[in-house]
Amino acid sequence: MTTTANAAALALGDDALVLSHRLGEWAGHAPVLEEDVALANIALDLLGQARVLLSLVGDEDELAYLREERAFRNLQLVEQPNGDFAHTIARQLYFSVWQRLLYGQLASAEGALTGIAAKAVKEVEYHQDHAEQWTLRLGDGTTESHQRMQRAVDALWRFTGELFQPVEGLDIDWQALEAAWLTSLTATLERATLTVPVGPRAGGWAAGAGRQGLHTESFGRMLAEMQHLHRSHPGASW
Amino acid sequence: MTAVTTDAADGYEAVFDAAVAADERIEPRDWMPDAYRATLIRQMAQHAHSEIIGMQPEANWITRAPSLRRKAILIAKVQDEAGHGLYLYSAAETLGVSRDELLDKLHSGRQRYSSIFNYPTLTWADVGAIGWLVDGAAITNQVPLCRCSYGPYARAMVRVCKEESFHQRQGYELLLALSRGTPAQHEMAQDAVNRWWWPSLMMFGPPDDESAHSAQSMAWKIKRHSNDELRQRFVDICVPQAEALGLALPDPDLRWNEQRGHHDFGAIDWSEFQAVLKGNGPCNEQRLAQRRQAHEEGAWVREAATAYAEKHRHQPAAPDHPEAAQDQRSHVDRPTELQEATA
Amino acid sequence: MSSSTDWPMWEVFVRSRRGLSHTHAGSLHAPDAEMALRNARDLYTRRNEGVSLWVVPSTAITASSPDEKDPFFESAADKPYRHPTFYEIPDGVKHL
Repeated sequence: MTTTANAAALALGDDALVLSHRLGEWAGHAPVLEEDVALANIALDLLGQARVLLSLVGDEDELAYLREERAFRNLQLVEQPNGDFAHTIARQLYFSVWQRLLYGQLASAEGALTGIAAKAVKEVEYHQDHAEQWTLRLGDGTTESHQRMQRAVDALWRFTGELFQPVEGLDIDWQALEAAWLTSLTATLERATLTVPVGPRAGGWAAGAGRQGLHTESFGRMLAEMQHLHRSHPGASW
Repeated sequence: MTAVTTDAADGYEAVFDAAVAADERIEPRDWMPDAYRATLIRQMAQHAHSEIIGMQPEANWITRAPSLRRKAILIAKVQDEAGHGLYLYSAAETLGVSRDELLDKLHSGRQRYSSIFNYPTLTWADVGAIGWLVDGAAITNQVPLCRCSYGPYARAMVRVCKEESFHQRQGYELLLALSRGTPAQHEMAQDAVNRWWWPSLMMFGPPDDESAHSAQSMAWKIKRHSNDELRQRFVDICVPQAEALGLALPDPDLRWNEQRGHHDFGAIDWSEFQAVLKGNGPCNEQRLAQRRQAHEEGAWVREAATAYAEKHRHQPAAPDHPEAAQDQRSHVDRPTELQEATA
Repeated sequence: MSSSTDWPMWEVFVRSRRGLSHTHAGSLHAPDAEMALRNARDLYTRRNEGVSLWVVPSTAITASSPDEKDPFFESAADKPYRHPTFYEIPDGVKHL
């Protein structure tokens, strides 16, 4: 692996790791048992992707458990707290549409990540489908669910600009990716009777921030919880 | 069924008794005694509730799992428990109760779940102890249920047991890693076994001579072995496993009895069992509160899905055959991918 | 928040691999057919148990009555000549 390929694997690996952690927090709290099963499926897929990607860079556990917050390269979007079910679905929708488009391109190009992307893109298709199905139901369900879903897509909108900041080591036409993402997303939101949010998708601070190791405050607490046991027993194996 | 004359009911009962005696399965639409139905509903509901309440003590450690491998295993295991709860609720529903009814009874404390889940998971080693001891005890209880006289319950249990085989092994492996790890890890493992051993033995229920439902359940072949018989079997299985782990079982009276061909073990503190059963365990309040909260906070989501389904109830014209007309069948965006998914 | 959240029940049929029929795997709750299919995928094919799924509203199933068991299936039971083992073939005759 070259250094730039490492950087790409680290960024994508961190995305998957962090989002899978957030989804894992739902266990036992989902709105209906069937969703406990579904969210766990997605968490497991993402964790599997994270492990493969991080292993390209180094030891998966060292990378997950022994890096400080500033060394993580994930998008700020994926570290956002679960919020209500609508927020979790909006986060998943934004991310999975992007991930599917990106991994689709990586899978069809020659590169260090081709094989991984080809396997992952099949999983992500399902994640996208799950997020879209729920976006439709919450958006076009009851008055309350519509309001909650609109609030969620609005609240997370400002974290979506970062999705299209170039990632070192990935040879991607980011502008085209962004256009495709917007098209797909607009279609889903409109079907769900939701309004495509307006407003900035990135401030001067947020654009590309996660990829530079600048995160939001809740991320530090998430890592503290995730890492404390591993760090309490230096050198131990589990 | 209640309208039939006594003579007819006697006739049905004879058919039922003969089927049970011949080790045939009773199926949902067969005639069955009211008490048989009630016993099954109670037992299957309690079993289903145990699966979903049982997610909590382990899910407590998902976000703190000390390696990514362990984290994946734990998520998969907790997910299985939700799945097993679903299988069991479905099986119970064949007896004419709805899942919502059963959940209401759980939430209002009118139906129970296994008391073992009212103990807290204080350290990571507890995840291992639950897998080894609690799942081990559950499997000892459940394997005979695969031959239970009620068909849907037996079939659900076949599926559960098949999937659960990894649960116990992962717990054992987890404890083994700790036991052979640093002194601090070893101590953590021993502490967890100390705390979970006795509650696990209580999972088999009160001694046979005090068990309220046992005799009738045995006669109906809902239950195949007595509480004490299964408890003894479990102790005998665990002793050599503990040795291989390098961990002690916290019972000074535990020793091999050549004459009986079994291990003798110390007296169980049934007052603790009764206290936990009555709601005074360390986590009774917390477990139910979390379950109720998840249910209540999820209400708007379930309502939204129902409302959406009502708005979009424009079913396509019935195709001649589900396989012949796949793409007209639903408004799924990518139906073929999903249906042909090899997952 | 009770009856409106009581999702209908669906029966799930799984084709475990190509060449086999769909067989009944169990049931589940879902608000509609699309979600039923997805829930079935998560619940009944977590371990690669299937290549294809059917979901059918439980209310759409018409079942034979267990009370009719004997008369309903009796005529089949007394036609042993429908089964190949009914016929005696001399030893050594193959491909029959």
